[in-house]
Amino acid sequence: MPEQAGYKVHRQVTGVKMKGAQIFLESLIREQVKVIFGYPGGSVLDVYNSLYDAKLQHILVRHEQAAVHAADGYARATGDVGVCLVTSGPGATNTVTGIATAYMDSIPIVIFSGQVPTMLIGNDAFQEADIVGITRPCTKHNYLVRDVKEIAATVKEAFYIARSGRPGPVLVDLPKDVLRESAVFHYPEQLNMRSYRPTYKGNKRQIGRAMEEIAEAKKPVIIAGGGVILSNAAKELATFARKFSIPVTATLMGLGGFPATDPLSLGMLGMHGTYCANMAVTNCDLLIAIGSRFDDRATGDVNRFAPSAKIIHLDIDPTSISKNIKVDIPIVGDVKEILKDSLAIASEQKVSKGLHAEWLKEIEGWKKIHTLNYKQTETIKPQYVIEKLHELTKGDCIIATEVGQNQMWTAQFFAFDKPRTLLTSGGLGTMGYGFPAAIGAQVAFPDKTVIDIAGDGSIQMNIQELATAVQYQLPVKIAILNNHSLGMVRQWQELFYQKRYSHSTFAAHPDFVKLAEAYGAVGLRATKPDEVVAVIKNALATPRTVIMEFVVESEEGVYPIVPAGAPINEMILV
Amino acid sequence: MRHTISVLVDNKPGVLARVAGLFSGRGFNIECLSVNETLDPTMSQMTLVTRGDEQLIEQIMKQLNKLIDIVKVIDLETSDYVGREMALIKVNVDEARRSEVLSIADIFRGKVVDISPHYYTIEVTGDEDKIRAIIELFKPLGIKEIARTGKAALQRESKERKA
Repeated sequence: MPEQAGYKVHRQVTGVKMKGAQIFLESLIREQVKVIFGYPGGSVLDVYNSLYDAKLQHILVRHEQAAVHAADGYARATGDVGVCLVTSGPGATNTVTGIATAYMDSIPIVIFSGQVPTMLIGNDAFQEADIVGITRPCTKHNYLVRDVKEIAATVKEAFYIARSGRPGPVLVDLPKDVLRESAVFHYPEQLNMRSYRPTYKGNKRQIGRAMEEIAEAKKPVIIAGGGVILSNAAKELATFARKFSIPVTATLMGLGGFPATDPLSLGMLGMHGTYCANMAVTNCDLLIAIGSRFDDRATGDVNRFAPSAKIIHLDIDPTSISKNIKVDIPIVGDVKEILKDSLAIASEQKVSKGLHAEWLKEIEGWKKIHTLNYKQTETIKPQYVIEKLHELTKGDCIIATEVGQNQMWTAQFFAFDKPRTLLTSGGLGTMGYGFPAAIGAQVAFPDKTVIDIAGDGSIQMNIQELATAVQYQLPVKIAILNNHSLGMVRQWQELFYQKRYSHSTFAAHPDFVKLAEAYGAVGLRATKPDEVVAVIKNALATPRTVIMEFVVESEEGVYPIVPAGAPINEMILV
Repeated sequence: MRHTISVLVDNKPGVLARVAGLFSGRGFNIECLSVNETLDPTMSQMTLVTRGDEQLIEQIMKQLNKLIDIVKVIDLETSDYVGREMALIKVNVDEARRSEVLSIADIFRGKVVDISPHYYTIEVTGDEDKIRAIIELFKPLGIKEIARTGKAALQRESKERKA
């Protein structure tokens, strides 16, 4: 058993005096880290020197932002903690966007940054940046290690904080002299953090109250948020929803937490959600929010959100509860645990067949009024590309998206049945996230199909990672929906700024096919609808990094859309 | 409404910056803040005064609790507590006003800690209301400068004997 063999190695190393850089790598091994995404530099030369013979896999990216997004994609796809390593100064500041991305979506990653030697800190030294100060607002926690004897315990704490409670990014700043000093290696057995005690078990009385409300409700709806996936609660949620016949809508971050193809699935809610999901939430009498934080994209105008509903809110983070929406029955805890306890309470209950039949019929009525659609024309429609990607992969793949129209069409037209199959920057909305995240997922699952669905704007933000993908022979597929514009911005300018298209058109673009080839990847292009299937099939059959460029309709919009300030039942449908 | 919040924190580098950053990042207001060691050198005590309605105060309490390094958060407003601040007030004096300044200081059990031909500096300790009152009384006489400390606050113990 590999774990046991590793443990034997550990025994040899405890009590041995070694350099800080080695202590650092040994600590990572103790945390079961298998891969680091990183980029070297002066402050971390000692770590890279030790890494040269170490058994840890290291993926060399081409920009530190991509290292963080890749660790993030790795974490979302596997459920493990993602790890990245960068140098001080600009290396560290380049990680900030990636860290903020992970922070907004509660993704467990640990970022190790080199730092100038301790005696130079605060001196405006070469490649010095106060990264602890800069990332204080966008990390769950961060550390500056001042003594080599603190390295092991700090690493242990960092991983614990990143993965426990509401997960999040943790940064550890490692000064060069600390990495060069020596100490005896001893990995702490236990942690004792008196100031950090997350709650996992839900309050029994609150759960009881919630179950009573559920039994009484005539028009219940479940909102499944990102927390369902972070908690690995998809199975419990499906059992729960089906047992009580409660329809389920998902936020962007919750897609895949409940099977999209299940008859109880309403699709996504919110600004670009489906008509029936938004109507169901607006007209329900009981709203059960599970692992969702009631973000403004999902709620629309909070004053007119679910006006007739009692609200039950399951969340591991007390600050999410009653922050935007007043909640009637809050239940703090791990949503998987709470759902298990709820099912245990209800195990004796007999649930009648045909429960909520009238409500489900009303929802079918809304589906008849409007479902997601688009018109086929002579130009390629982006929604068609996404449908074909789903069909030709049978949905058995991992999809990363960039941000904007590409992201919204993916959320609408790609049916996600399983958790951890959609990697998307929901909270921060970071263009350039998708490709490196796809790389991270592909490293985690070399045999799975991993596709980044991108816009022509977004893909250029981390295009340099083509080199990373090719270097490690990662067969990531990139589907560029090329409409020669910053699509979502263009759509808003069309709808709300009297078509004043200010700087939302890309007059100059690389030839993406030639660009792929320049990097040693494969480039394919479809310009007509009847070329789409062949391009996708070709890409899926090619065991290399592939760019598929789809030249799509430039004025296609994402619909429905709920204008800013409107309630979610007031959608523009056309 | 003004709320006095007592926060017990792990005495780690950056914890004050974290609390200040939390308040500024989320638009919460800090009216005053004081932080000091406790008997346990690994823990510090922070007393801060903020302002907001019930929902805002609840968010502030929860966000403070969420910070790693924060051990305990108590909203002192929910129970009986003793709160004290100290103020140094530099007041204008001339022949006509000198005795009035001294009698106001005396009424509030303040002390004169500095004398010069044109100014007296008065030191006064008390709760929020007392400090506000003495400042209001000195204003018409002319205040040159004020330096105030933050608030120190402790919960009152229950006066009942336990059975």
